[in-house]
Amino acid sequence: MTMFAKTEHNVRCYATEKRWKALFLLMTALLILPVLVILTLLIVRGGPAISWEFLTAFPIKGMTEGGVFPALLGTIFLVSLALVFSVPLGIAAAIYLSEYAPDNVLTRIINLAIINLAGVPSIVHALFGLGAFVLFAGFGTSILAASLTLAIMTLPVVIIATKESLQSVPHAFREACWSMGATRWQTIRRIVLPNAVSGILTGVILEVSRTAGETAPIMFTGAAFFLPFLPESVYDQTMALSLHLFVVATQVPNVPEDLPYGVALLLIGLVLTMNALSIGFRIRLRNKKKW
Amino acid sequence: MNNLSTPLSNDHVMLAVNDLSISYNGKVALRNVTLDVKSNEIFGIIGPSGSGKTSFLKAVNRMDELTSGMSTSGEIRFHGYDTSKWRNLYSLRKRIGVVFPLPTGLPLSIYENVAFSPRISGVRHKVDLDEIVEKCLRRAALWNEVKDRLSSLGSLLSGGQQQRLTIARALSQDPDLLMLDEFSIAVDPVTTMRIEDVLKELKNELSIILVTNLVQQAERLADRTAFFLNGEMVEVGKTEDIFEGKTSDSRTTAYVEGRFG
Repeated sequence: MTMFAKTEHNVRCYATEKRWKALFLLMTALLILPVLVILTLLIVRGGPAISWEFLTAFPIKGMTEGGVFPALLGTIFLVSLALVFSVPLGIAAAIYLSEYAPDNVLTRIINLAIINLAGVPSIVHALFGLGAFVLFAGFGTSILAASLTLAIMTLPVVIIATKESLQSVPHAFREACWSMGATRWQTIRRIVLPNAVSGILTGVILEVSRTAGETAPIMFTGAAFFLPFLPESVYDQTMALSLHLFVVATQVPNVPEDLPYGVALLLIGLVLTMNALSIGFRIRLRNKKKW
Repeated sequence: MNNLSTPLSNDHVMLAVNDLSISYNGKVALRNVTLDVKSNEIFGIIGPSGSGKTSFLKAVNRMDELTSGMSTSGEIRFHGYDTSKWRNLYSLRKRIGVVFPLPTGLPLSIYENVAFSPRISGVRHKVDLDEIVEKCLRRAALWNEVKDRLSSLGSLLSGGQQQRLTIARALSQDPDLLMLDEFSIAVDPVTTMRIEDVLKELKNELSIILVTNLVQQAERLADRTAFFLNGEMVEVGKTEDIFEGKTSDSRTTAYVEGRFG
């Protein structure tokens, strides 16, 4: 069967193919390696620090002993309040940009601005929050000011994620609805939103995890170094896990070595739990996908 | 309809198009089309792709307003009223049913696909909706195949069934004019024949514009046929005349005989 005999060219192609595949595999492995190292390190060294007391008690003795309860609660407060501000606003803006806005220069500039806003360093957002919410609006360093800062920071990402999931609903559905005399809102409410909701939820939850880990934006606007009591209103300061990690790792003397690892493990656990939820949501809703 | 201009005297004319031109971002897609569509008539539009047939349909139900870059000039009168002065475009579109080339079953159940239009125009009672859904599915020759699974997804139907579903959906609008844009492109020949029979029936109740890439389909169904080519309407006339060579332009005969396009 000379017809199927390997030519010199075939052999060369095959060898090249193998080399490229190996290269891509290697790059992927390089990516996974740091994640594995970080997680292993955290679990091995931080694991022993995690206990019921760690989760539910206040820090004591200059934060060298006790738990992280106020920081954990503070992070949950900050993230939830930030979401209350950013999610409705972001989704509404995304709906306008995706479904109503005419395709013109102004819209394109706005879209570009949003993408760039997502790339603004968090420390810049922190200074903006300090100027706008703490000083100008007079909220002082408070949960409210910190949450608003986080909200502003997360807004572009919520908008982008929402817009992308809206756009992934085929345009033909919209045209079919419009040609039946449906208004844009009727089309959005009955067809577009129900089919975009899985993507929107995923975007929002991924956003939560990013927000939970941010330190700079809350440092100047509402997170406290140490508080011996829980906040009583949104105008109080609060502790937060991310800042607490920074503090126990670098600012306080005589901290037992395991403690910062424990805090980091808790923070990353919180984030990963959220991500897992988000992936679960996506799988559930994707199975219900209707086209 | 007191916000509209004066009605036309001849009430047999459903749609009167006068000197219609369409362009996309300045690029002309269709120029100077003048034609009319009468009540209880199937009006065929034939022509190769890119000749402006779909743009014509978009202009009729004022989708230009929702299509970025599309602009029209000239006059379209529907029921004698100038559509460019029609303020409530939703009510205009509701009176014009559209069937697209590829079946676009909405991501809803079969029932909800057909109930969509009545719902958005305010029909709420289950009894009324049930009646409309059954009536429209029957008229689209789909009822017997789906009556036991109305709650399953419309997009799970076969291509031919989905296309009949979109016809049922268009009928649920209770339209005066039905526009079909190359409906048989994704449909098997048997279903195509069934839909053609449905259209012949529907003709008794409404006007139909049948855009088709199959000249024989126009020959079988249309009372009058227009030939579009490269953004121009080459000619319009009785279907028999067009297909029997009694044409005023040699290109028409060449096209229907399959010598180009």
